[in-house]
Amino acid sequence: MKQQLITLISGIFFGLGLGISQMIDRERVLGFLDVTGTWDPTLLFTLGGAVGVTILTFRWVLGRSTPIFSPKFYLPTKQAIDGQLLMGSAIFGIGWGIAGYCPGPGLVALVLGIWNPFLFVISLIFGSLVYQWITTQRVNCSQKVPTPKP
Amino acid sequence: MATFYWVRALSGGILIGLSATILLLFNGRIAGVSGMVNGAIKHTPHERWRWTFILGLFIGGALYEYVLAPQPTPTSIFSPRMMIIGGFLVGFGTRMGNGCTSGHGVCGLGRLSVRSLAAVLTFILTAISTVLVTHQVLAK
Repeated sequence: MKQQLITLISGIFFGLGLGISQMIDRERVLGFLDVTGTWDPTLLFTLGGAVGVTILTFRWVLGRSTPIFSPKFYLPTKQAIDGQLLMGSAIFGIGWGIAGYCPGPGLVALVLGIWNPFLFVISLIFGSLVYQWITTQRVNCSQKVPTPKP
Repeated sequence: MATFYWVRALSGGILIGLSATILLLFNGRIAGVSGMVNGAIKHTPHERWRWTFILGLFIGGALYEYVLAPQPTPTSIFSPRMMIIGGFLVGFGTRMGNGCTSGHGVCGLGRLSVRSLAAVLTFILTAISTVLVTHQVLAK
């Protein structure tokens, strides 16, 4: 219950932050990415502010042995910089440049009550499921190959 | 760039950073939105909390747009085709690369993760190149 309340508060802060910084304004995001055109550097302050806070606070938070309401920290375990990370990030960046939305602002923009963010979110979920489907296919195929006995 | 905008942009960013701090400090969780969406659509009971975060995103967004916003967010430059193509690539890419602007950007950089830094540099670079192509080359 306490964890649910924290999750809700965290979500509200996040949504409010995306609104106030105007990352839900697609034009502003595209202006920020348009560095060779009429560059709008405003969102640098948003990214700088957000990362500035986490760099300061995470050090202190992760210095604790456990979180306050949870038995452990759930941190990503992968550390390798591999083709999957770089290719995935590159594809995401292309999508971000086309849509003007990354996942957070795209979701929050649903509150604008227009159709376009809905198309973005539905398409995002579809893209994610397609990747998941491709990887399961690959796993199934590799399982069919008999493993050589030593 | 009016002063008003950078103050807003900075306050919004600080709120996002605080959001990620609260979630990690109390629940030990990373505030990555693509991870939230991917976990939420899995339907497993231990991933259900991610729906609560998404609900919070909507409440926060609506609170801004309908209570605090000095003027409504412009909705003039939307294009359904760009939304569909872009959304697909964002969904596919963030699932493949295990994160987006919030997971790798805000939280990964906060943890001083080199893997996340590589991801951030990659997606910033391809996003800028994409806008260069769509705004400068294709528009002419």
